[in-house]
Amino acid sequence: MVELALPKNSQMTEGKVWPKPEGAANVREYRIYRWNPDDGQNPRIDTYYIDIDDCGPMVLDGLLYIKNKIDPTLTLRRSCREGICGSCAMNIDGTNTLACTKGMDDVNGTVKVYPLPHMPVVKDLVPDLTNFYAQHRSIEPWLKTVSPAPAKEWKQSHEDRLKLDGLYECILCACCSTSCPSYWWNGDKYLGPAVLLQAYRWLIDSRDEAKGERLDNLEDPFRLYRCHTIMNCAQACPKGLNPAKAIAEIKKMMVERRI
Amino acid sequence: MDMRTPLGKVRGLGSAKAGTEHFWVQRMSAVAMVPLAIFFIVFLIRYAGAPYEDVVRALSNPIVAVLFGMMIIAGLVHMRIGIQEIIVDYVHHEGLKFFVMMLNTFFAMLIGGLCLFAVLKIAFVG
Repeated sequence: MVELALPKNSQMTEGKVWPKPEGAANVREYRIYRWNPDDGQNPRIDTYYIDIDDCGPMVLDGLLYIKNKIDPTLTLRRSCREGICGSCAMNIDGTNTLACTKGMDDVNGTVKVYPLPHMPVVKDLVPDLTNFYAQHRSIEPWLKTVSPAPAKEWKQSHEDRLKLDGLYECILCACCSTSCPSYWWNGDKYLGPAVLLQAYRWLIDSRDEAKGERLDNLEDPFRLYRCHTIMNCAQACPKGLNPAKAIAEIKKMMVERRI
Repeated sequence: MDMRTPLGKVRGLGSAKAGTEHFWVQRMSAVAMVPLAIFFIVFLIRYAGAPYEDVVRALSNPIVAVLFGMMIIAGLVHMRIGIQEIIVDYVHHEGLKFFVMMLNTFFAMLIGGLCLFAVLKIAFVG
């Protein structure tokens, strides 16, 4: 739904300014979105100072410094700390990215951290991605075949395998989908760049035998055609992928099968 | 309270199996308008400030009249799809959406009717 102003219970308030770490020579300021579902308050922005001489170089290191040494109530998802799990996707310095691969050096001045945009918030930096995962499930992201299964494996030529490069690397962090205005306004029906890139990953897989069904399932004014090549997805992707191109390829397939 | 499963919600009423036609027509009309718009602009520059009779004579040339008619049709088809996309993007109230989508089609047909009538009248009556 288009919402140009935040609803009353989502409007930001100025939060607490936490004290600077004692004896720190070099401090870095973090301003972080905080919201607790249990206290009935509006979201607030808390200010923290971290000692960068006692902290790793990434934004995630700073967040964990805060959680471990300043404020244990700060809530965030993280797991692999090396850009392969996609858990720590959040909005940092105005761009959706992974906190673990975004260096503090890449941010000028204060490090501003918000949850992924336009998603329901569970708590602090944790968004509710239930709809996003259900959309991924809806494109049936697995190999679909009708032919009898071969004794060893489904074979694929080197050339056909190369077509999956730039697609298989997607870790479903949702940075792209939640950066897409079309997904903000119509996220209930539009599948969004991440899920469409995954859909294309199976459409282009030479081993898959369900191309037609997959295209039928996507051919919809909302599911596919809400993409207006805004390109925020390609801009945001922390893995350097291009979901917009994958979507364009799906549209080309749609045209190809009818003319 | 909505107790449907997340997958049930996402699947909803299923795929409309439509949209490619609009996508394709939108691109075709865009390509068609490149030469048509160039012709239109050249025509405007050429006849800017020319006497009334000269302009009417030029417009009643069959080639000019047909090109004008084609430009009107391509432009309005393109406009109608473009506006419909914007409506689908931003208007979520079902009743209002149907109303403005109808209005959009009626408006394009009205403008098309008036413009084509003008082109034909100049071509045949002068």
